[in-house]
Amino acid sequence: MNRRERFTFLWRKVKDKAMALLTFLCVLLAVVPLFLIFFYTLGQGMEALNVDFLVQMPKPVGEAGGGMANALAGTLILISLGSLIGIPVGIFAGIYLAEYGDNPFGTAVRFLSDVLSGIPSIVVGVVAYILVVIPMKTFSALAGGVALGILMIPTITRTTEEMIRLVPQSYREAGLALGLPQWKTTMRVVLPAALKGITTGVLLGIARAAGETAPLLFTALGNRFWSTAIKEPIASLTVFIYDYAKSPFEDWIQQAWAAALILILLIFLLNLIFRFATRGRYGEQQV
Amino acid sequence: MESNKSDVPMPLQKPRVSSQESLPRVDGMQESSAKMVAKNINAYFGKTRALRDVSLAIPRNRVTAIIGPSGCGKSTFLRCLNRMHEVARGTMTGEITLDGQTVMAYDPVLLRRRVGMVFQKPNPFPTMSVFDNAAAGLKLNGVGNKSFIAEKVEKSLRAAALWDEVKDSLGKSGVSLSGGQQQRLCIARAIAVDPEVLLMDEPASALDPISTAKIEELIYQLKANYTIVIVTHNMQQAARVSDSTAFFYMGEMVEFDETKTMFTTPGKKQTEDYITGRFG
Amino acid sequence: MERHFHQELEALKSNIVRMATLAEEAIADAMRAVAERSPAIAQQVLEREQQINSFEITNDHAVVDLLALQQPVASDLRLILAALKINNDLERIGDHAVNLAESAISVAGRPPLDVRTEIPRMSQLALQMLREAIDGFIHNTPAQARGVLEKDDLMDSLNRKTINDLVDVIRTQPNAVDQALELVRISRNLERVADLATNIAEEVVFVAEAHIVKHQADKDGNRP
Repeated sequence: MNRRERFTFLWRKVKDKAMALLTFLCVLLAVVPLFLIFFYTLGQGMEALNVDFLVQMPKPVGEAGGGMANALAGTLILISLGSLIGIPVGIFAGIYLAEYGDNPFGTAVRFLSDVLSGIPSIVVGVVAYILVVIPMKTFSALAGGVALGILMIPTITRTTEEMIRLVPQSYREAGLALGLPQWKTTMRVVLPAALKGITTGVLLGIARAAGETAPLLFTALGNRFWSTAIKEPIASLTVFIYDYAKSPFEDWIQQAWAAALILILLIFLLNLIFRFATRGRYGEQQV
Repeated sequence: MESNKSDVPMPLQKPRVSSQESLPRVDGMQESSAKMVAKNINAYFGKTRALRDVSLAIPRNRVTAIIGPSGCGKSTFLRCLNRMHEVARGTMTGEITLDGQTVMAYDPVLLRRRVGMVFQKPNPFPTMSVFDNAAAGLKLNGVGNKSFIAEKVEKSLRAAALWDEVKDSLGKSGVSLSGGQQQRLCIARAIAVDPEVLLMDEPASALDPISTAKIEELIYQLKANYTIVIVTHNMQQAARVSDSTAFFYMGEMVEFDETKTMFTTPGKKQTEDYITGRFG
Repeated sequence: MERHFHQELEALKSNIVRMATLAEEAIADAMRAVAERSPAIAQQVLEREQQINSFEITNDHAVVDLLALQQPVASDLRLILAALKINNDLERIGDHAVNLAESAISVAGRPPLDVRTEIPRMSQLALQMLREAIDGFIHNTPAQARGVLEKDDLMDSLNRKTINDLVDVIRTQPNAVDQALELVRISRNLERVADLATNIAEEVVFVAEAHIVKHQADKDGNRP
């Protein structure tokens, strides 16, 4: 090569390396907050974290020790209720949009779903208050579940739709050509193939719901005592953190950190369980 | 060789039937030897016309090949036969009959159990094992009897010349097989439901020559039990494998005749030009 | 992998062999009719000729179909092309058998000539050449076929000698002219049969070695 070509060649290599470096730095930047949060929480919360914390009830003000057993149980119950509402509705809505939704109605639904996902969660809480709390004349876990469910729906719907659209048309054709009715093709051929991706969407939805505080204030309210009744107010980790973190007591703040840590670990665990439970034996979409 | 006298030796040959006798004609004569008849088919995608007044009688228990350049409408025609055309939002006018019954009046789901289809790109279901793939048409349609299913799976895998290669690994994923094996699995899947007609849309075009040869030989054997219609852009394949051939061009059916005649003395100049590679 | 194409190829080969059997029998029977002065045997030869012809038609169709529909290459292609030519050669051998049968009838109707000719030896040689050529075709043995090519020269010299002998007869026995001429015709037909057997042998070499050995004998009769 002559000098000119050599120069271009080297300059090109520099640009390639610069690009690789830049993207790598951005990845670090994106990951750093994640690590910061986790390790800071870990550091702060470790002290208060012991078995007692997990299984005991909160002690009255002034007494040392105590736990957040009721909050933990409450969060799990609220997530379950929310999932019961959010997951089926979200998935079937997603299926509709993907398989039958190429029309103005489908477009409108998609738009509304995006709008819904942008509505502040506190507003959703107010809506649940009006829909459930007022008729029932009491705060309740059920109302909390409804609020969380509504919050989960848009995320799950959109992800489900995307994942189903990703399934190649050839599988649908194969199913139909075998003489399977449309709904069976969707449920037994397309859905299993999209399952991994749909799981991600569901997890995203659950993670969002598990981390909400504001809507729960209007619906589940909170409970200092052990309660798993659906029609009664119920404690939750997020409200617990809210209450304890803004208290003036040092040990309560300590416990708030611990609860935050537990919440993060809970989501992590849920993730693992879901992935394990829906692990395909074979190659569906890996998302 | 001893010079003992042989008495009247008959030359070994395939029975030569003249074009007149064997090929069912759409105008009504000998339609009874046709398994499916298409009359005056016009097919549309929205406003675009893909098929122009196509009439064709598919002979029973024979292989009928459809050849023609890209975009001539051969795949569209094939998909009209099992009403997959409407799945792609297509519309159609004209009449198609199966054993004399109008196809449009039939429940498409039931129709497709009688008229099966194999596609160009092998598409075994990715979440199912080899066994489950072969059994898919039965299991997913509600057949519960396990031993019946196992029997059918073995039978169709044997018929698809795949049994020996997979009999010890029926639990493996359907997509872990090679391309040629996957396509034979799809063929097994299609015949497990005992269709009467098998439609094949360029079944070997995504495969290597050895797999292609195996598929072609398989088709030759299958025609004893099924009526086969195969679309192919490879006319040598049509020559090797089919009994009758239809030549499509720009949405119209130009010529339909016994394969032997088509490839030795085609009637229309257009056909001759296409076959000899002078255009298209 | 056994394809149905290979079965059809075998069928073609089979038909050629059956046709050759018929042709060989026809020549043998025609010469027997000459030797035994039997018009009855000659008549049978004439009647069976159309079987050979129908084989020719069948084989021609089969070759066209195989070429058009199966796109044969390499040794398959050479086999089919050779079969086409051998088909033709065998049909002409059949025609010569007819000629010989007609000569037999003519010869039987006149008193026999008192002369020893090479005709019996020629008849044996021609049949041997044909047999060996067809054997070479069946078993794909070019060495055997080459042996046939060697014998053609012998045949030619036997023919020349026979004709010379018969010319002498004509000179010395003028009223035996018709009979002698008939024998000349017989000799010529046998020589042509040997030529056709040689053609067949050349085709066999072509199939096995992709080598065309026609017209290549040099002055001394050596071939590649």
